[in-house]
Amino acid sequence: MADNNNLIVYCEYEDGKVADVSLELLTKGRTLATRLGVKLEAIVAGDKLDGIETQIFPYGVDVVYKVEDARLYPYTSLPHSSILINLFKEIKPQVCLMGATCIGRDLGPRVSSCLHSGLTADCTSLEIGDHKDPRTGKEYTDLLYQIGPAFGGNMVASIGNPDCRPQMATVREGVMKKEIYDANYKGEVINLDCDKYVDSASYVVKIIDRHIEKSAVNIKNSPIIVAGGYGVGSKENFDLLFELANTLGGEVGASRAAVDAGFVEHDRQIGQTGVTVRPKLYIACGISGQIQHIAGMQESSIIISINNDPNAPINTIADYVITGNLEDVLPKLIKYYKKNSK
Amino acid sequence: MSLNIVVLAKQVPDTRNVGKDAMKEDGTINRSALPAIFNPEDLNALEQALRLKETHPGSKITLLTMGLPRAAEVIREGLYRGADTGIVLTDRALGGADTLATSYSLAQAIRHLAEYDIIIGGRQAIDGDTAQVGPQIAEKLGLPQVTYAEEIKVEDGKATIKRRIENGVEVVEAPLPLVVTVNGSAAPCRPRNARLIQKFKYAATPSEKGAASEEVKKLLDTRSYLNLYEWSAAEVEADPAQIGMPGSPTKVKTVVNVVFQAKESKRIEAADDAAIEDLVKDLIANHTIG
Repeated sequence: MADNNNLIVYCEYEDGKVADVSLELLTKGRTLATRLGVKLEAIVAGDKLDGIETQIFPYGVDVVYKVEDARLYPYTSLPHSSILINLFKEIKPQVCLMGATCIGRDLGPRVSSCLHSGLTADCTSLEIGDHKDPRTGKEYTDLLYQIGPAFGGNMVASIGNPDCRPQMATVREGVMKKEIYDANYKGEVINLDCDKYVDSASYVVKIIDRHIEKSAVNIKNSPIIVAGGYGVGSKENFDLLFELANTLGGEVGASRAAVDAGFVEHDRQIGQTGVTVRPKLYIACGISGQIQHIAGMQESSIIISINNDPNAPINTIADYVITGNLEDVLPKLIKYYKKNSK
Repeated sequence: MSLNIVVLAKQVPDTRNVGKDAMKEDGTINRSALPAIFNPEDLNALEQALRLKETHPGSKITLLTMGLPRAAEVIREGLYRGADTGIVLTDRALGGADTLATSYSLAQAIRHLAEYDIIIGGRQAIDGDTAQVGPQIAEKLGLPQVTYAEEIKVEDGKATIKRRIENGVEVVEAPLPLVVTVNGSAAPCRPRNARLIQKFKYAATPSEKGAASEEVKKLLDTRSYLNLYEWSAAEVEADPAQIGMPGSPTKVKTVVNVVFQAKESKRIEAADDAAIEDLVKDLIANHTIG
């Protein structure tokens, strides 16, 4: 295969379905590929990949590379990284995107290390732009800017890899939007022979047990979120938040501080180290508003902050600020909702 | 079977607690005002190493850190909890490294160490949150990797590792030598041990020894276990083109402090029942709730 300089997305799949994060990256990848004037490609490696391309083409994908072998599922680091490394040596993509998931964050660094290409983790935005090296004066056009949180989320850095290819980035689920490009879009399927890409010695890590438990908590897709911070004070006090969430038909979320304090379980954490959410309504209870939390919820349509500190940082981005104690305010919200809704 | 265990530890600014004291007037962070701590997930990694040492008597835990000379502080923290010795990889030429240059440098140090069965580090450091250095060290050393680990057991030259992945748990088996990164959900690290604090409180690197009192110098001369290692880039035979800024493919174009666009908020007091009821009515009227 020839050196093609295209943009490629590593697609994850489970139970015959391509992961949402991969489809979100294909959506973003389509825009970037069009801007760069190159093809959008996807790679899927695993078992039972029959017809998987029909889930991928509608996102405007021109080429799907398929590597099928029973030993490729479930994912292990060495065979999958070996496939990407050897394929990238042939096709030399200029950009490679993958999900900032347990798989992408295991695979990306290994591939970037071998190819000596830069990798930026957990990007929140990807843009194409030019760059002039301040030291050498060398100019670069059409670089991928990988924009993401730095220093614990207290800063935002814009990072580029001017001299190394592919330019690699991981992005968390829910950060980019997922949108079908053209339901009838048709690309090409290229089947790759697994044995040509993976050495048999690569299958040294064996999976001896695996149980996937679908998370009972689904804060990402909930239109209403009642979130609590360290200011809630205790696990017991979270009961009031659950009561309000149940009344409104929403879910309970939490800041990192509340999760670290053991008030609620980790899968409710919102922010850079948890999930990114954009609900219609976000009720922040006793959340001061550390930057890393705000980054995960600032795109909510309506934000209500309930806090006894009138100067809590989160209040600056709230539409409504209710100053007072949660134990006074939350029962009133429940009462007035019950009174006024039909 | 005794094991040679390497634990990767990083001294990091405590970015989780950026309080008012750490903010300058222009809203930027005063890094020097943040306390330097043992990276939290590296402590989870150390605990796994200590457990392996308990089940494999005669094992040796070597802490490896790259950073400023003062990173020797994290080595001592590790010794107080049961590690055996430590190395500070420190050199001006290593500064400004991205994850790739960092992992190359650490991999060179591990090669220089020569004997290793298992290399354990935290999943990620809180000042970068990249989770890249572990897998990149594995690649540089040509070893398999297991990330997101919660429990590590070793038997007959093989490790059995429980991993915490999205929505579930996976148990994998991998041959040694191996690189493992440990998740924050793993067992927390045991506290410092009073006896070990007494034993190791004067442990020092050569540069710290140089600045120490005559009394401490004498102690270091007579008790070899107190002498920590300090290695330079040249000592681990690192290629100057692959370390520090020159060895880093990623370049930072801009860094800006996060400032959120303030909205004009409507303020309500908790005692103002009428205003709270109006808010609820508005939300119902515009179909946000109900």
